[in-house]
Amino acid sequence: MSTTNPAAASPAAASPIEAAGGGVATYVDQRVGSNKFLGRNLGKVFPDHWSFMLGEIALYSFLVVLLSGVYLTLFFKPSMVEVIYNGSYVPLKGIEMSEAYASTLDISFDVRGGLLIRQMHHWAALIFVAAIAVHMFRVFFTGAFRKPREFNWILGVGLATLALAAGFSGYSLPDDLLSGTGLQIARGIVQSIPIVGTWGAFLLFGGEFPGTDFISRLYGIHILLVPGLILALVTVHLMLVWTQKHTQFPGPGRTNNNVVGYPLMPVYMAKAGGFFFIVFGICTLIAGLVTINPIWLFGPYTPDQVSAGSQPDWYIGWLDGALRIMPNLESYLFGYTISWNILIPAVIMPGIVFTALALYPFLEAWVTGDKREHHLLDRPRNTPTRTGIGVMAITFYGLLWIGGGNDIIATSFNLTINSITWFLRITIFVLPPIAFVVTKRICLALQRRDRDKLLHGYETGRVLRLPHGEFIEVHETINYKEMAVITSKSDIAPLPAPVKVDADGVANRKYRIQSLRAKLSNFFYADNITKPTTAEIEAAQHHIDHDAALEAPLHAYEDADEIRNAHGGVLHHPGMANTNAEQLAGRTDH
Amino acid sequence: MTDISTGSGHGPSENTPAKLGYSPVADIPHRPRVADTDPKAARRAERQVASMFMLSMLFVVLFIVAYIAIDKSATVYVPVFGAVGAMNIALGFTMGVAIFLIGAGAIQWAKKLMPDVEVVQQRHDLVSPTEATKEAAANYERGKEESGFARFKIIRRTLIGAMVLFPIPLVVMLRDLWISPPGNPSPSELLTTTLWEDGTRVVTDATYLPIRPEDIPVGGLVSAAPADLPEVQEAEHDLNARGKAAIILVRMDPAEIVSQQGDGWDYQGILAYSKICTHVGCPIALYEQRTHHLLCPCHQSTFDLSDSGNVIFGPAARRMPQLPIGVDAEGFIVAKAPFAEPVGPSFWERG
Repeated sequence: MSTTNPAAASPAAASPIEAAGGGVATYVDQRVGSNKFLGRNLGKVFPDHWSFMLGEIALYSFLVVLLSGVYLTLFFKPSMVEVIYNGSYVPLKGIEMSEAYASTLDISFDVRGGLLIRQMHHWAALIFVAAIAVHMFRVFFTGAFRKPREFNWILGVGLATLALAAGFSGYSLPDDLLSGTGLQIARGIVQSIPIVGTWGAFLLFGGEFPGTDFISRLYGIHILLVPGLILALVTVHLMLVWTQKHTQFPGPGRTNNNVVGYPLMPVYMAKAGGFFFIVFGICTLIAGLVTINPIWLFGPYTPDQVSAGSQPDWYIGWLDGALRIMPNLESYLFGYTISWNILIPAVIMPGIVFTALALYPFLEAWVTGDKREHHLLDRPRNTPTRTGIGVMAITFYGLLWIGGGNDIIATSFNLTINSITWFLRITIFVLPPIAFVVTKRICLALQRRDRDKLLHGYETGRVLRLPHGEFIEVHETINYKEMAVITSKSDIAPLPAPVKVDADGVANRKYRIQSLRAKLSNFFYADNITKPTTAEIEAAQHHIDHDAALEAPLHAYEDADEIRNAHGGVLHHPGMANTNAEQLAGRTDH
Repeated sequence: MTDISTGSGHGPSENTPAKLGYSPVADIPHRPRVADTDPKAARRAERQVASMFMLSMLFVVLFIVAYIAIDKSATVYVPVFGAVGAMNIALGFTMGVAIFLIGAGAIQWAKKLMPDVEVVQQRHDLVSPTEATKEAAANYERGKEESGFARFKIIRRTLIGAMVLFPIPLVVMLRDLWISPPGNPSPSELLTTTLWEDGTRVVTDATYLPIRPEDIPVGGLVSAAPADLPEVQEAEHDLNARGKAAIILVRMDPAEIVSQQGDGWDYQGILAYSKICTHVGCPIALYEQRTHHLLCPCHQSTFDLSDSGNVIFGPAARRMPQLPIGVDAEGFIVAKAPFAEPVGPSFWERG
């Protein structure tokens, strides 16, 4: 590598800061060759869309969690040693409690700004999980997980799981009455696992519940293991986004082979960098204004007390709901107990959900036989089955979530817990399929509407009376942006049914699997509304032109365009009355 | 700046996008912003951005002032939020605004003053060129050949064996995450025993006072513990014994008792049940005296205490274990026997 490079070679007219920056760039480049990377990447183009910020929110709130968390580690004492509280929160003075809880009280009342950072940590964590969930919806519904981005989807599922682990382990650290109850439930779940559960629980907790080891063990997991893994996965996640380039929504000039957007330097540097500060600032403002997890109200943990209306953080609610609505099945085999009432909702169901989530891209690719690279996003309506599956999953999740708050709902709406629980036990099986069908039908209806727009243009609202008395509504071609978006739809034909025995009489060994695949492919694509052919669109254009020709004489009026826009499509020319009143006034003048 | 979507208006600068590897989108009409055409508007945007950065600095100063000046126990009344800690709200507001304004300024700068012309960059194939793949394959084959991995069967198999075995010590050492107490009881033994024995006095769980039957009115509920709990807790330095031994005493009209887990396990209508839910172990104290129902606040399992503590609704699969009670010579309530079944959530070895 030569010692001269663009940064060093053009110091003319550079400000002192730029000269210094160039100097640093050269210094670093001579040691790591960084300018090759910068030269290629500073102008990297990223597409613009509001939904692409969801992942950014997740990233930035994670950074806020890291920053505030580092601060908290300086003050928090992860110990279950019993101490007598003697801080400045009067109602708990003189009460015996664990050092973890006492130090959390100190952070909240005696460290200036401590409460702010604690609440920032908690709020940013809630936002982190929420942003991951919504980001995942965006990726799922637009098909951004398709080839070549399957790995990144799996990394994302891993990150979502780790985010839950990070959240739950953090929630459990302060050792207040609420968090301890959460741990007791977690222990009950571990204990329900057949064969290894009892021993597993004893090893995890260092003996019986609550023991004296768990908070310090959880602390290591919460501040080192889980965030370390998240940081590692996030890094790979972003590196993949970088090398694969971001997906983009269909639009004018956007193809599967290009990226249309703004360059990293300067636009995204400013926008993304600025957005970090926006997220950081909003987390701080919320933390300053809205109390979260007021542990001082709950009191120290003791295993023989609990308060009514115990609620976990929002992202654990669906699992708690699953536990609540599960019927009480337990079986006894050869002197051993299998607690299906815990195992199914808390171990098996989440296991299936996360596995299905991780495998979905591969399942869909197999069913559809689609091996192409996809950089242009799907509009959810153009993949009705996938969209239906997504809404079905959200409905399932939502019902479980309602279950997690069944006691609050019962007291707020004066219902009985029994009726809510029975309602959920039934609807958890009934509503998701209904949601699927309804969503799929809505998507297909929207596809039909798109097809109509291509074939007939849009309705202008201008009604034209033809010389022979017929009334027609004038249609116009949709604008170029909408045209580009709608025509981006790619039609995929369902796979043909396989033959059982071919023409030469040879039996098809893979018949069963191929037939399943063909059926699933039909399920995915058979109902699709095909996009009009070019000939059809041309014919439609011809029809629209015909309308326009009929209307043309009227456009001869001066400023017709302006008038049309100004009067909601009523043809109007200068000198004509604008209102009935004006018209009447005109008459009396005559 | 004029509309450059046609590629003509950007000027003869060295840094034309085409040279940097991207070009403006030819077929998208571009509408110039006010700040692109009106120098006054551009100046105004510049001033807006700079004032946001300026205000951000000001709020940092205010933060420092608040940090020093405000008493940390002071509260202040804020409409909507009510009485809140003055320190927290002042620090949060000043710091939040200071940080937020940096972001808002940067974004305003990007939106108003930086180019808003969309540009195009071509994607490149992710798949490696054929030569590179061939080279990789050739290198791999050469390595396999030279190492003899394919030829030396015994090396290969022993290596795989060694790789499988070497993590075992790492797992084995996890055994002492739980150091068994003296006497080496198994987990299920520990889960099965509590402090309750024949003759253990029943005391209130907070003040440890012994209880006489006449202290509990009909319809009343008392949270209770074994009398030796304080000493045990003192000796063991943990809450494990408390977590297992917690009970509740309820009193009902003896005529209303439908069934019990053992004959005469009540004392004059006073029944003692474990307080730890048989579902996942939450302590239960929501008792409806009219129906004798006990409701778990965590997952809403409901038990009927007048009918052997049987489950009548919810996810719990087992009845609440009952503790047989009586009174001692001094007239205080005592346990007549240990729990007949393990308390708390189910586990594999429970049977």
